[in-house]
Amino acid sequence: MADATPKDNYLVTEKLVKRFDEAVAVDEVNLSIRQGEIFALLGSSGCGKSTLLRMLAGFEKPTSGRILLSGQDVAPLAPYERPFNMMFQSYALFPHLDIWENVAFGLKREGCAKDELKTRVGQMLDLVQLTPYAKRKPHQLSGGQQQRVALARSLAKKPKVLLLDEPLGALDKKLREQTQFELVNIIEKVGVTCVMVTHDQEEAMTMASRIAVMSKGRVLQVGSPQEVYEYPSNRFVADFIGSVNLFDGKLSIDEPDHCAAQTAIGEVHVGHSVSGTLGMPVAMGVRPEKVSIGKQAPANVRHNLFSGRVKEIAYFGSYNTYIVVTSSGVRVKITEPNGSHTNTLDITWEDDVYFWWDDTDAVLLRN
Amino acid sequence: MAYSLKAPGRRFVIGVPYTWLVVFFLLPFLILLYISFVDMGNDISPFKPIWDSETGLLHLKYDNYYTIFQSGDGGALFQTLYIEAYLRSLWYALCTALLCLVIGYPFSYFIARSAPSVRPALLMMVMLPFWTSFLLRVYAWKGILADQGVVNQVLLALGIINEPIQMLYTDVSMLVGMTYVYLPFMVLPLYANLVKMDFRLLEAAYDLGTSPFKAFWLVTVPLSKAGIIAGFMLVFIPCVGEFVIPSLLGGPENIMIGRVVWDEMFTSNNWPRASALAVVMIGLIVVPLAIYYHFTGEAAEPKH
Repeated sequence: MADATPKDNYLVTEKLVKRFDEAVAVDEVNLSIRQGEIFALLGSSGCGKSTLLRMLAGFEKPTSGRILLSGQDVAPLAPYERPFNMMFQSYALFPHLDIWENVAFGLKREGCAKDELKTRVGQMLDLVQLTPYAKRKPHQLSGGQQQRVALARSLAKKPKVLLLDEPLGALDKKLREQTQFELVNIIEKVGVTCVMVTHDQEEAMTMASRIAVMSKGRVLQVGSPQEVYEYPSNRFVADFIGSVNLFDGKLSIDEPDHCAAQTAIGEVHVGHSVSGTLGMPVAMGVRPEKVSIGKQAPANVRHNLFSGRVKEIAYFGSYNTYIVVTSSGVRVKITEPNGSHTNTLDITWEDDVYFWWDDTDAVLLRN
Repeated sequence: MAYSLKAPGRRFVIGVPYTWLVVFFLLPFLILLYISFVDMGNDISPFKPIWDSETGLLHLKYDNYYTIFQSGDGGALFQTLYIEAYLRSLWYALCTALLCLVIGYPFSYFIARSAPSVRPALLMMVMLPFWTSFLLRVYAWKGILADQGVVNQVLLALGIINEPIQMLYTDVSMLVGMTYVYLPFMVLPLYANLVKMDFRLLEAAYDLGTSPFKAFWLVTVPLSKAGIIAGFMLVFIPCVGEFVIPSLLGGPENIMIGRVVWDEMFTSNNWPRASALAVVMIGLIVVPLAIYYHFTGEAAEPKH
């Protein structure tokens, strides 16, 4: 990354803390969000991501810490004084107003001139393709349409930062996939900086340019979807995002270009170094899809080659999942894509198989 | 709603209250309507039958209605004691309903916004007065508002006034009494409405640049419209025909229609005129009610 520019530190939280009585909801969170990016706060419920978003919106007052927008502290500002707009999970559309009035609501409050109001609301409704529905009431629209109204309403005032609270949470699965691309397209078209909260890793990975994984009020890792998936910085992140095989053990080799740990399955090698002492407890993580499986052992594999017996096979259409149990009783999850029809692996229940992976495909995780 | 009425259980459940209404509301009303069109009777029976069996003639009498709107033959229209009493009743009912709204709205809002654990207790306190006799409570106001009453005594003792202010038997005492008695009828529907309101809508309004005060007028009030109308009607309608409170707390010159009907019935023994007055009063109440249902009927479309 190049030197930090004002664009890089557009929205910054500094040691942001929120306590409810004695419970710490958000614990010294430092984030720096770039202008124009879609930044996701990802975590399970109760991890503090919603509280963090509500502090950004101004609905919760930080116990301590600062929220800087282009270097200016916005934490003391009331929600109606902030150039932030939020799309609520429940959409919170005004049921007594029609779609046009809903979108115009924020613009009217800032005393927008009538002509400009008309053009602006018209643009917004065009953007979300709801112009024909302008005179309908929110309850007359489908969930997906309501979501687009909520988006148009929160974009109408040209906010500096758009806050999305579980943007797709209220939609059913099929609609969600289609909507997430639409949503990203619209946000990118407008070019607004966006902070979204989600518990759905898939949603975060497809929509966000960077993800902050949160747990118990703390940010555990910030990175692009690839970074947090391929190189999780700790056990929680590895386990939370996607599925992973974790082998607990003790550090046995620590060289500049590789290291290894002695685990229940055997010695597991990874292709990166770690700063630590030999014998310290670590976990080796490898994603199921990085593991290869076969009836014969490959000739040129030096490390990370193990054997076991197939206990379960699950057919998922586009891929198969195998559960292999080693002689030492370790369960390993392996997924193989279903390519062409002729390319099916001739593996079935109770077969003895070999499985292996590249040194570079596993990561060492500190506990 | 496409519920079938064929199931006998359903018919029974719906039939019971309807039967009750037919027997104890519709039939008495029809009798009232009948009496309002006949002649005054003598000492033995308070009204004459509509059908004179001796002459075989029908005695439909519209005079009972004429006299409500016109004093004497060729007198000015709409300038009768009755019209005055009607207008006064409507006016006082309107004032009472507005007072109840002004007092009851913040009250209901406060209860609806308080912690869910204390809401039942607060609601209980609203309903607590119902546990004592209605008459007793109205009488208590006499003690409070009389020349020698609590309020005057306190004001005298504090030296704010030198002689008691006449509060009892004035518009003030009557409105105080009516507002006091009918306040729960405003609070309960308003509360039921406000407690359902989604607080996130207010957050959305703040988020879009609305100050809390403006958000109240732009979001809370419009959304509680149904509660306001329901509470208003629940206070306004019975207040128009209110008899007891004006008699006990009101002044002798401000006679409301309930009192007029009473006087015609029991002092003048003129049942047909009393009936006609009551029928007109029902008309006065049914019209705003019809308007109310017209508008709420439009608003009551399915929400989802």
